[in-house]
Amino acid sequence: MGAIYIMWLRELKRYFRSKAQIIVSLGQPTLYLLALGFGFGPVFAKAGAGNYIQFIAPGVIGMTVLFSSIFSGMAMLWDRQFGFLKETLVAPVPRIQIIFGRTLGGATVASLQGLLMLIVCLIAGFRPLHQNGAGHNWLALPAAGIFIGMIALVFAALGSSIGSTIKDMQGFQMLMNFLVMPLFFLSGALFPLKNLGRVLTWITHLDPLAYGIDGLRGVLIGNWQFSFNWQFNFMLDLCILAALAAIFLGTSAWLFSRIEV
Amino acid sequence: MIRVENLTKTFGEFTAVKDITFEVDSGEVFAFLGPNGAGKTTTIKMLTTLLRPTAGRIHLDGFDPWVKQREARQCFGIVFQDPSLDGEQTAYENMELHGILYHVPHKVRVERIEQLLKLFELWERRKDLVKTFSGGMKRRLEIARGFLHTPKILFLDEPTLGLDPQSRNQLWTHVKGLNERENTTVFLTTHYMDEADRVAHRIAVMDHGAIVAIGTSAELKAKTNTDSLENAFLALTGSSLRDEGANSTDAMRRFAQMWQKR
Ligand SMILES: Nc1ncnc2c1ncn2[C@@H]1O[C@H](COP(=O)(O)OP(=O)(O)OP(=O)(O)O)[C@@H](O)[C@H]1O
Ligand SMILES: [Mg+2]
Repeated sequence: MGAIYIMWLRELKRYFRSKAQIIVSLGQPTLYLLALGFGFGPVFAKAGAGNYIQFIAPGVIGMTVLFSSIFSGMAMLWDRQFGFLKETLVAPVPRIQIIFGRTLGGATVASLQGLLMLIVCLIAGFRPLHQNGAGHNWLALPAAGIFIGMIALVFAALGSSIGSTIKDMQGFQMLMNFLVMPLFFLSGALFPLKNLGRVLTWITHLDPLAYGIDGLRGVLIGNWQFSFNWQFNFMLDLCILAALAAIFLGTSAWLFSRIEV
Repeated sequence: MIRVENLTKTFGEFTAVKDITFEVDSGEVFAFLGPNGAGKTTTIKMLTTLLRPTAGRIHLDGFDPWVKQREARQCFGIVFQDPSLDGEQTAYENMELHGILYHVPHKVRVERIEQLLKLFELWERRKDLVKTFSGGMKRRLEIARGFLHTPKILFLDEPTLGLDPQSRNQLWTHVKGLNERENTTVFLTTHYMDEADRVAHRIAVMDHGAIVAIGTSAELKAKTNTDSLENAFLALTGSSLRDEGANSTDAMRRFAQMWQKR
């Protein structure tokens, strides 16, 4: 247990020590929120689709959590480079504890980033709404926290699996272009996943983040305003995320236990 | 304490370690010498559960590192040839993390971290991030960390790499002291013959993945009819440079070494 705790703590310390990094990594999602939210807002409203800030806020929160969590796992590449990885590989604790500690730490950090982004959205004018449209629903925030945590866990575990496998920067670049960006664009973070055509719809159903965004959007703005918000449903989203988290955690533990240097 | 039988490691076609057999007694300081690429680090990696041997048997304090992984890992400490500290944490935090991973009880941990950091003259800098340390300070911290959990065996892979003569001298004094006080078995590699001559009880010379001679410094000199360990080493391994299977870093180190020897 001590090993899980100390590896978790390490991730948190790194997070709180790089205050500049906290702000910088909120920059891109904030840009999306403001540029797209206010830029596309009028077009969106004219098309009768409602308020685009309301629509995109859950999307950029999910984006923040996705990037933060998946990179925390891939940071293992740096530990490999700077050698610290070896110290944890020869430690007399089951490697599964090391990797779980790291992953939980990464997920915690990503959740904190997600919550900060939620605050940025609230400042920008976003308001959580009731399902039936009856005013503001501040109770939605804790429910959003659950989805933020689940997204963070799924992608921190996926990041850890990747981090246990890739050994160089080229691999990292490849994954960035061919995995992380598609995960983001096909998740429904920026546009509704309705009427996309059979093939594309099918692909979006394979994107784990789509379930996270759907759940997040569902609890935050309900389904009264946009008929297409609640594509799946609360329990289904949560179950799929939980199952994926379990699968990725298992995979990362297996891959990490096999590392030789 | 360490028993190795017919240990072999191949990378694809290339055999890095060829059927080596040796034993190291409890409390012994054992030096592993050999030209670049001889297979010293590869052997240490197999001994410390980082690489799976292609063939052969290993016993560390009675445990086979691939069967009783955790028990084996608990009984040794290691200073790797390349750095292995967490630069983003302070010296104290690096020690603390190690202590927790190695199940050192809190009270012992606090005492021993202070004692070791003071011994290696790092106590004043304990609250500084390791990335702000000089190369020598990092090296000292890694060695202090290796001793933290009172290992029965300490592996030191070129621990004096990049240290000035003062630090090297002091380091071996500490290692020798801890070896005597705590009866730690020390398994070291180095390219400085004088160090091996000074601290090691016995020396094994490795070349092209095989052990070519093993014995005390005096025995090696007698065997080769030479008057210094350096000459004995050259007589055993020849004076040509090694280059098969080498990468560019190896080549550069060899180049630097060549100029030092002339
Ligand atoms: N992962 C690997 N894949 C392929 N070849 C390897 C690998 N690791 C080591 N080798 C090769 O095995 C040989 C022995 O390497 P090793 O690092 O054990 O040498 P060494 O005796 O420690 O040398 P040095 O004094 O330079 O540290 C070298 O030729 C090296 O290129
Ligand atoms: Mg080596």
